[in-house]
Amino acid sequence: MSAITSPVTTPTRPRTAARPARAFLAVLWRDIFVTGRELPVFLAQVVLQPLFLLFVFGKVLTDLGFTQPGYTRVLFPGIVALTATITGLQSTAFPLVIDFSFTKEIEDRLLAPLPVGMVAVEKVVFASLRALLAALVMLPIGVWVLGSIPWRASGVPLFVTILLLGCLVGSCLGMIMGTAVPPNRINVMFALVLTPLLFTGASQYPWASLEHLRWFQVVTALNPLTYVSEGMRAALVPDVPHIPPWISVLVLVVTIVVSLAVGIRLFLRRAID
Amino acid sequence: MEGNRQAPVVEVRDLVKRYRKAKVNAVDGVSFAVRREEVFGLLGPNGAGKTTTVGILTTRVRRTGGTASVSGVDVGVDPVRARRLVAVVPQRNNLDRSLSIRQNLLFHAAYHGVPAAERTRRATELLEEFGLADRADDKPDMFSGGQAQRVMVARALMHAPEVLFLDEPTTGLDPAARLFVWDRVRDLRNRGVTVVLTTHDMDEAAELADRVGIMDHGKLLALDTPAALTRGLPGRTTLEVAVTLDGTSPEQLVAELGALDGVERVEQVAAGPPGGWPPMGGPPGAGGPPGAPAAAGRPRELRARLYLTGDAPLLVAPVASLVAGHRAQLTEVAIGTPSLEDVFIALTGRALR
Repeated sequence: MSAITSPVTTPTRPRTAARPARAFLAVLWRDIFVTGRELPVFLAQVVLQPLFLLFVFGKVLTDLGFTQPGYTRVLFPGIVALTATITGLQSTAFPLVIDFSFTKEIEDRLLAPLPVGMVAVEKVVFASLRALLAALVMLPIGVWVLGSIPWRASGVPLFVTILLLGCLVGSCLGMIMGTAVPPNRINVMFALVLTPLLFTGASQYPWASLEHLRWFQVVTALNPLTYVSEGMRAALVPDVPHIPPWISVLVLVVTIVVSLAVGIRLFLRRAID
Repeated sequence: MEGNRQAPVVEVRDLVKRYRKAKVNAVDGVSFAVRREEVFGLLGPNGAGKTTTVGILTTRVRRTGGTASVSGVDVGVDPVRARRLVAVVPQRNNLDRSLSIRQNLLFHAAYHGVPAAERTRRATELLEEFGLADRADDKPDMFSGGQAQRVMVARALMHAPEVLFLDEPTTGLDPAARLFVWDRVRDLRNRGVTVVLTTHDMDEAAELADRVGIMDHGKLLALDTPAALTRGLPGRTTLEVAVTLDGTSPEQLVAELGALDGVERVEQVAAGPPGGWPPMGGPPGAGGPPGAPAAAGRPRELRARLYLTGDAPLLVAPVASLVAGHRAQLTEVAIGTPSLEDVFIALTGRALR
């Protein structure tokens, strides 16, 4: 640098190199910090829908005798799966649409010293953390609403695996939605995508039981949520007929890898002209 | 950085950008270099390619051709390193609405790896300097355009960039906020920050920039100091004189004035109130119908505008002695200098706005 000193107190350049990993953590910390401050609002936002599904289908209909007593054992793992996946999806899709189309808040992070693709990865990691938290909160809520939930210690490793994959698959799909949908179609898109996703994901029924509704069984097989729901049942209620866990895990891993790759590509297209 | 003060901080060579699906290049072979501690202005109408040029230099736009580097770092090859060296104040407010003003500054510095104690100190300093200390804990959505602008400049300085890019820094601001931004830009220069700003406001470019690049249709048409740009504009500098005549006919004096060295042509203008000249840099002939005859019988007054090929001050003496030779009296002299607007018109054949 020059020998001439600036007259005003110029902040000196930091000696420590701002490594991308550090920038990544700072960007992640920003999201955690903001969500942490409004945790009750966040939880209300993501837990209300599964709570009502659980209450109406698991409690009300069962109490009224419209469903068989064992139905809650089928429903509960499906609702945990649904909460994880849908929360992940919404946690990437909504903020990205708003950021890229309206507030442009994300620009400051796109100019941080880390590869732009890492900003996309951060969005997925953060959305998955939100999804994980929301899904775990469903456990005490399940106990509260239903009285008891199906749980077995030997199923925990598979439960954790499927839970993490469910959070990730939702977040990665949300990344595609949030970056691919033009701002003027947001409302339509969410209506057209979210609702079918909610009800074709085998959350409220076991996939095998659809044998007699073949076309619907085929449709549900296309929804990644189905494999999360089925995996959850394999972990928590293995006596209920379900898709073999290795198939669910495989489908989810492949979906995550493909959708993350596509999502990052779309993210880069939006972030860099 | 390399110890060479003369080395350009920003260097752009044959830069080309064509957006997807676009039929023409948004930036079409632009080359320039910005020196250290300089305020460099890119002047041009909307769509000239200024913002795209800045976008490429700040790694937000991928170039189609040419090279662009900041402090020797090629922004296309190593964007991560380049981002440490630059800071951007965009046209529109992109402050983080979930964070307070202070947190906006702190998180920005954290993204750039500024240590915690250091970023707290800098944030306090900058908030103070930008008159934001008492609003540090407010959310940005309560801020006016000018205030948000201030916050964004303060935020940009948090990681001590080598070059600060200001994209249309005063567009849409009220006059007071505009003056504040101008003052801050001058401060930045004084503290040794290199500034690149884009503007479609010729006054702003003339006021702030050490050198101005004039852009239109993706091309850089001219590049120099504002003074040199306007000086290189023959027939745009004017000298306006008022003369009380005694005997000599106005026509004769006009003819003799026109024959002086350095005078391109002379235009007689209507006698008006003193100080009633058209504003400097105004279009020629805006002062009223030229050649309006003065009332006969009384001492006659001649007002004339001389369009010059060179510097106006050099012609004051020749004009004065010419007038004195006719026993007439020189009552008023005014120099009209051309503006960057005139330069733009001369280059493109149309007005800037």
